[in-house]
Amino acid sequence: MTTTETPQTADGTRRITTAKAMAEAIALEMRANPEVFVMGEDVGAYGGIFGSTTDLFAEFGADRVIDTPISETAFIGAGIGAAVEGMRPVVELMFIDFYGVCMDQITNHMAKIHYESGGAVNVPMVLMSATGAGYSDAAQHSQSLWGTFAHLPGIKVVAPSNPYDAKGLMASAIRDDNPVLYLFHKGAQGLVWMAKNPRSIAHVPEEAYTVPIGEAAVAREGSDVSIVTLSLSVQHSLDVAEELEGEGISVEVIDLRSLVPLDTETVLSSVAKTGKLLVVDEDYKSYGMTGEIAAIVAETDPTMLSKPMKRLAVPDVPIPYARTMEYGILPTRDKIAAAVRELAS
Amino acid sequence: MYREMVRIRHYEGRILQEYHADKTPAWDIGAGLIPGEMHLSAGQEPAAVGVCAHLRKGDAITAPHRPHHFALAHGVDMKAMTAEIYGRTSGLCQGKGGHMHLFDPENHFSCSGIIGQGYPVACGQAMAFKRRGTDHVAVAVAGEGAANQGAFHESLNLAAVWNLPVVFVIEDNDWAISVPRSHSTANTSNADRAAGYGMPGVRVENNDPDAIHEAAGAAIERARAGEGPSLLEIHTVRLWGHFEGDAQAYRGAELETLDERDPIPAYAARLIEAGDLTDDQVEQIKAEADAEVDAAVQFALGSPIPTADDALLHVFA
Ligand SMILES: Cc1ncc(C[n+]2csc(CCOP(=O)(O)OP(=O)(O)O)c2C)c(N)n1
Repeated sequence: MTTTETPQTADGTRRITTAKAMAEAIALEMRANPEVFVMGEDVGAYGGIFGSTTDLFAEFGADRVIDTPISETAFIGAGIGAAVEGMRPVVELMFIDFYGVCMDQITNHMAKIHYESGGAVNVPMVLMSATGAGYSDAAQHSQSLWGTFAHLPGIKVVAPSNPYDAKGLMASAIRDDNPVLYLFHKGAQGLVWMAKNPRSIAHVPEEAYTVPIGEAAVAREGSDVSIVTLSLSVQHSLDVAEELEGEGISVEVIDLRSLVPLDTETVLSSVAKTGKLLVVDEDYKSYGMTGEIAAIVAETDPTMLSKPMKRLAVPDVPIPYARTMEYGILPTRDKIAAAVRELAS
Repeated sequence: MYREMVRIRHYEGRILQEYHADKTPAWDIGAGLIPGEMHLSAGQEPAAVGVCAHLRKGDAITAPHRPHHFALAHGVDMKAMTAEIYGRTSGLCQGKGGHMHLFDPENHFSCSGIIGQGYPVACGQAMAFKRRGTDHVAVAVAGEGAANQGAFHESLNLAAVWNLPVVFVIEDNDWAISVPRSHSTANTSNADRAAGYGMPGVRVENNDPDAIHEAAGAAIERARAGEGPSLLEIHTVRLWGHFEGDAQAYRGAELETLDERDPIPAYAARLIEAGDLTDDQVEQIKAEADAEVDAAVQFALGSPIPTADDALLHVFA
């Protein structure tokens, strides 16, 4: 199930999936630094349920790519312990929805040790986890939850939308002296067994490089409406922007890439330019990312907006199973397009 | 028990077929009339029938992500369950839950997709039974992988110290997705762990329905009599992938031995030899199972699909 495609274009430009890009970044860091190791469920020979550790086991073996028991509190806690000793563990929590069984280690330990110790102790660890809905995995396997973790002080939170950023953010996360929660969307991994947007396979340089944590990207420039979003919703928003170009609406798409730290400057300068803001989030609506962006605009200068802003997010219900209901609550392309049209009109 | 095992296998076989039928040309987990993950129980029927044979109306089960065999053996309505798996309004949960989240309050049956989290809930159901002075029991079912989850250990201790009428059933199918038991658990028998919590523990080898039936009977009777919890580990076999779409490369040569380890033909042969089953009965049982399963699938297919707005219902009571 973890096979990922590595298409080769005619001119030799290498195009790989997001999953492969993540694994490649981990491999490069492991080669460069013996203190980096990987652990989690099915990360070994299987290569990670969502391909995030593809081929790592073959290269580094069971000693550095460790399959764990289904004991998330123990192995995430063990990651923290190893990090406290100066190692750089990359730990996978298979689905972010499983946070419930290990939240104490994440929030009371991983996130707080540096602060509680008055800066004396670092926790340089990466916790990577799959997020997202869209394939009927229902309420316990479809959440985004980045807003929950971004709310809790002490954890950097990143969520790439494409292969290039996935590789660069992973390298930055491993090198960072802080705990980084790296959330990858299943629907953007480029898996062969899940429907995907072509944007999940793209050119990625072979060598190591970083994408800085805390810098948003202007994924597409535009002048009429700003969409601020992250993860898979960036792919949807770019599709919508292309479609609406034909209708004469120029859409700017801001890919936040990191929620903590949040690049408010890029958001604000886009809103200042367009005066119209749509925030798209696959996480729950209330008390979340969409509200945070709204608050930042309101605190800075509400008169930047020439029209009331809009928020598109999961309307505070768990993710239902049946496709009709699931797509009823997800921020789909149609809903994004409708919201942009309204703002532009 | 044989009849029930065949019924369950026919069910799983049909779901397998229907699940894959419309995921072409490119296999897509989210496509088709039955989308999402699908964990089927082929090979593990003896555990379900051996345990559920002792349960009465009003007894509770919490099952894990692989729930169909226990649901059917415990009397969950096949039609309503199938409609749920098809995401229809006539389903057990009106299309909200899907195959990993089946809730049937009438039969006190539930399941969860989060590993190990059915154990505490079973303790709570047992607590309710006990406080109300009934002799009902709660059975918590999960795989051997789940026995390394904190909730398992906390629940065993809680059930023992409060003397709750719970039976903890562990289905040991040797694998937790791609991780073999030997890589996850130092102790070779979870029955040994029971002693650490002050309750009896039994491990049944060979996926033998009669042996499971006997051991489960003792544990359930003990709970019903107010003598407290026990643990039953059943060594079984996962004949198919962890979920559908799992190529199982990690199983290597073991894959070729699976046919021989199928408990249903083995049990039929034993019953026939003992004179308790005839070839005609075998055929008839199959035909009946086919007909029942087909009716359930037709019921699901004929049931309405929820609307997008139905998603907004049921957040609160
Ligand atoms: C808390 C939690 N961690 C991980 C998972 C992912 N997961 C689903 S099934 C499974 C393996 C379960 O193995 P086991 O308990 O032995 O049951 P089996 O699948 O073999 O029936 C895992 C790791 C999960 N659902 N919940």
